[in-house]
Amino acid sequence: MNSVAPILDVNNLTVEYQVKTKGKRGVRIARAVDGVSLKIRPGETLAVVGESGSGKTSIANAIMRLIEPTSGSIMLDGKELTKLAGKELRLARSKFQMIFQDPFESLDPRRTVLDTILESLVVAGIGIDDAEKRKLALEALEKVGLIPAENVGARYTYQLSGGQRQRVAIAAAMILKPHLLVADEPVSMLDVSLRAGILRLMRELSRELQIATLFITHDLSLAWMYADRIAVVYSGRIVEEGHPADLISFPQHPYTKALVSVIPVPEKNIARNRIILSGEIPDPLEIPSGCRFSPRCPKYRALGQPELCISSDPKLESIGDQFVACHFPEKKETK
Amino acid sequence: MTTNSNDFELREAPETQLSILGKIWQDRMGRIGLLMTVSVFTISIIGPMIWPFDPAAVGADASSILQPPNSQNWLGTDELGRDVFSQFLQGSRVSLLVGVTATIIATVIGAGIGISSGYFMGRLDTVLMAITDFFLVVPSLPLMIAMGSIFGQNLTVIILIIGVLSWPRNARIIRSQTLSLRERKFVPRAKSLGATDLRIIRKHMIPHVLPLVVANTILVVAGAILAEATLAFIGLGDPDRISWGSMLHFAFASGAIGRGAWWYFMPPGLGILAIVLAFTLLGHSFDRINNPRLRDAA
Repeated sequence: MNSVAPILDVNNLTVEYQVKTKGKRGVRIARAVDGVSLKIRPGETLAVVGESGSGKTSIANAIMRLIEPTSGSIMLDGKELTKLAGKELRLARSKFQMIFQDPFESLDPRRTVLDTILESLVVAGIGIDDAEKRKLALEALEKVGLIPAENVGARYTYQLSGGQRQRVAIAAAMILKPHLLVADEPVSMLDVSLRAGILRLMRELSRELQIATLFITHDLSLAWMYADRIAVVYSGRIVEEGHPADLISFPQHPYTKALVSVIPVPEKNIARNRIILSGEIPDPLEIPSGCRFSPRCPKYRALGQPELCISSDPKLESIGDQFVACHFPEKKETK
Repeated sequence: MTTNSNDFELREAPETQLSILGKIWQDRMGRIGLLMTVSVFTISIIGPMIWPFDPAAVGADASSILQPPNSQNWLGTDELGRDVFSQFLQGSRVSLLVGVTATIIATVIGAGIGISSGYFMGRLDTVLMAITDFFLVVPSLPLMIAMGSIFGQNLTVIILIIGVLSWPRNARIIRSQTLSLRERKFVPRAKSLGATDLRIIRKHMIPHVLPLVVANTILVVAGAILAEATLAFIGLGDPDRISWGSMLHFAFASGAIGRGAWWYFMPPGLGILAIVLAFTLLGHSFDRINNPRLRDAA
């Protein structure tokens, strides 16, 4: 697995927003993403899991170059995306595509389904003439299960259900044969009954085309099901990364541990210690010094508030197959 | 490869959509406005075919001056013995010509500035909105008078002056619509496909702001017609073209109003009233149809 070179290689990505402060002059800096590094290989899915405000959508938007990263590098197919601008960037965009969270917002309601798919082709300059573009677009609709394609294609996007719209969005992205797919909560706005179908479709297509997928979600159990690797983000930083089975069965960061402890399980009467965290994710304007999780960390309190946690910011370090950013990670033998 | 085709049945299309004219027809104010507008347009188009006399032909002798309505001159004659009814028909053409062309100018400028300001934001927005605000607060009538007397009195100049002074409201409204539109996720989606700004504006912005532009445009027509009438009334109209405003001007200047020659000043006065009312009713009706929040208040 490690022998294959990653398609996406993000290093030390930082995204800051300037926030105008009331009353006082000048601006303050809100750091939404703080030194995130990640790699995704062809056909692999990395889930980025975090609660709202953790910066996961900023990570997605920065990689998509929809917002400007403050610093760091984003290498796609060995090319530095942050250095691209203007026309170069526009032409490169077909190689990294995004599925947006809300299919009711991401498709223009004044255009038909076919127009929506055709737009991808027109913008990327795929297909020789209109007839060929149309043929490709209809094929793409069939491929995502919107049948009969002619019929669905003639509809306006607002006439479709949420699941169907998300299929249209997937078709419009996949028709460009991207190398990277960024899926920002692709099923969170959909009925639970439709989610499996959409996820299965995304998986089939990304396997077939060997697409690297960055899967953004707030739902750890979904990531567990869907992803090849999981990165847990907290306050703009990856706090733990690993394979789903390892990470879920043996979380080493106290934050992951708390998240895992509240995943619903179907078996009744299993004794579980739910860890309910108090407080909120820190304001990106005032990230705590030292370990950013320390104010909410049960372990920090259990260990008697060690000085190390508030004086030094833990780095993401490998422990076995997992990567953890904690001064006092959970140890196997203590379990 | 295919996955289960239908998550649900495809949703039915919403009930048969009335065309925009159909919707206006269902609105009482809109219907009145539409009828009035159509009749004014009809009058001005068929005017030359039905007018009994050349509007500019002066009377043969003193007996034909300021005659009250009679079997020959249905609306009497003016101080030069010209037929008022023919002038009235002729005047509607100038009003409409000025109203429509000045509005096109105002709409193109307003929509262009509004969309670029709202879409690109930043420094461009600041500069464009400063210019807009300047034109918005500058008292337009004195400026029109000043410009009219500087650039001369011909129809083209009048149209340009009115057009160039009528766009700021349009620009403001369209900018705010564009600002909210660019936050809709289909805009970043188009951007992430690699679409150019021009394409996004053409394909995703303009179709959405167009109804608003049209609604505003209709109201601008009313304002432009009124502005032309005002300029003509105070004597800054095109002297070669008879318009309702210039008829009022000559009626006033020749003392017809003082002498109670109602047939001279009433037709153009009522004409202006009718045409402005017609476009205003139509504009408000259109606005209500596009803006559901106003629909219930009606």
